[in-house]
Amino acid sequence: MTVFVIRRFLQSIAVLIVTAVIVFIGIYAIGDPAEMLIAPDASPAERAQVVASLGLDKPLWEQFFTFAWNALHGDLGRSFVFNRPSIALIFERLPATLELTLTGLVFALVLGIPLGLVSGLKPNSPTDEVIMTGSIFGFSLPSFWQGMMLIMIFSVWLGWLPSTGRGQMGEFLGIRSSLFTLDGLTHLILPAINLSLFKLSLVIRLTRTGVRETMPLDFVKFARAKGVSERRIVFVHVFKNILIPLITVIGLELGSMLAFAVVTETIFAWPGIGKLLIDSIMRLDRPVVVAYLLVIVSLFIFINFVVDVLYSLVDPRVRLGGAQ
Amino acid sequence: MNARALFAEDMLLGRLVFGISRSPKAVVAAVVCIILLFAAVIGPYLTPQNPFDLAVLDILDSKLPPGSQSMDGMNYWLGTDGQGRDMFSAMIYGLRTSLGVGVFSGIVALLVGTVLGLIAAYFGGRIDTLIMRVVDLMLGFPTILVALMLLALLGQGLWKVIFALILVQWATFARAVRSAALVEKNKDYVEAAVTLGIGTPRILIGHILPNCLPPLIVIGMLQVANAISAEATLSFLGIGLPITEPSLGLLIANGYQLLMSGEYWISVYPGVLLLVLVFSINIVGDRLREVLNPRLGER
Repeated sequence: MTVFVIRRFLQSIAVLIVTAVIVFIGIYAIGDPAEMLIAPDASPAERAQVVASLGLDKPLWEQFFTFAWNALHGDLGRSFVFNRPSIALIFERLPATLELTLTGLVFALVLGIPLGLVSGLKPNSPTDEVIMTGSIFGFSLPSFWQGMMLIMIFSVWLGWLPSTGRGQMGEFLGIRSSLFTLDGLTHLILPAINLSLFKLSLVIRLTRTGVRETMPLDFVKFARAKGVSERRIVFVHVFKNILIPLITVIGLELGSMLAFAVVTETIFAWPGIGKLLIDSIMRLDRPVVVAYLLVIVSLFIFINFVVDVLYSLVDPRVRLGGAQ
Repeated sequence: MNARALFAEDMLLGRLVFGISRSPKAVVAAVVCIILLFAAVIGPYLTPQNPFDLAVLDILDSKLPPGSQSMDGMNYWLGTDGQGRDMFSAMIYGLRTSLGVGVFSGIVALLVGTVLGLIAAYFGGRIDTLIMRVVDLMLGFPTILVALMLLALLGQGLWKVIFALILVQWATFARAVRSAALVEKNKDYVEAAVTLGIGTPRILIGHILPNCLPPLIVIGMLQVANAISAEATLSFLGIGLPITEPSLGLLIANGYQLLMSGEYWISVYPGVLLLVLVFSINIVGDRLREVLNPRLGER
């Protein structure tokens, strides 16, 4: 187990280093770093000062180590627009994104698992056909288009729910979140649905496949022969077996939802890191873009690491396979 | 071209057509796909005006609702946008761009992925490990994140978007081809070909590849749909295609601001077209998966 965790940890570090190198090459080797990292309206004197402080006159490998060293110390440059450390901006907005992502994930699971169960228990029935076609529809709809339609229907036409912003925030156990006020909740509903629809399709399909693969197995027949009620078979015995692949995929999808939050946040003007990224790209605020990329990739690698470790706890075969 | 490969392709085509014809839903979707592809190809002959010819645009015609008439008696069946452009014409041109980008990047990614996947499967060992490590790394990151990263660093542009889409897609093909080729590699006909002294490239392309086609076709369809969707998303966010090459995503983005003030058609019609396009490709792809390989795995 320890060997597996260490091995997996080293892999994560390797991926992180590769990403840092790619981002570094993107800024320093392909583009002109002076142009990218210095505000467009800087005077020549300021420019020369920044060039010297960034060490842009030094060889490339030395520049990389300076970049990596600064990054390790949490120094990813200052935002041109806000004139504050870019990393601080990211961490300020991260809670909003996490709140949105987690709520979306809960939506996807609460709706997806029952639909998948219904669909998988009666394969090729009309209900199954409707649910499966619906799930294709779900991942065919580009996320931004879903968001627009949600706004058009629920905000513009029906006027039920607000379409922009995060609303009022409440405080509970020291955590400030929109989840704790009614106003905040109404603001959260549409973006969370928008973010969850794509994953909803995935959860439905995974659950359905799981059910269809598990139902013909011997232990189900045995349970039936023993006289266990159908309900208990499905919700206790079969369900446990579906959960394993579901947990892995959910873990991995959490990272992809963090990335997709960029789209949702842009549409709903949700003040998270995704909106910050797009705003920063538009304003050519590159230090923030770089900080976003490094933070989101680190977060992603961290999630993958945790999922793999958890999975190896649940299913020993993974760990044994990894040791070969 | 040897006779056997031709025969295999004939059978494959037959199976595809037969498989689709058995499902009414898939037939409808396939017909829609063909119509849209056709409309995109003959686009300029189909549209009443060239949406990029500023001489034919009249600002007085801007934001007309669907069905209205212009000064010179032309009907705008789907209305006009903020510049007085006929929405129908703009959408057909947008469809050309969207489909072009999606299909082109899909084909290049397919070629790159196929070559690398075949090499990995056939030679095995270190080459295999190296290629598959990179594939795992690529597939570990969500498509949209990689594309965002790349475009955030490179800036927007048609070829940059295509490059980003190829980069995020090739790994899926490589993995599928590798696993299909690994199975084929150990079959008797490959051994027979080796014994006959046929060269490695010819065995790979002429003998193994045709038998790996079924999963490739399915993944190819689904990837094209994904690519179109991804390009639309990137363009909508303003970091994809430049304003001079409006795809459907960009048309939707342009109309987005006007959506709130009631001019729904500028954004909704391109959106519906995009949706129909992606949806029908996915339906056909999904059907082909059932026909060709029921055990390909769910997504």
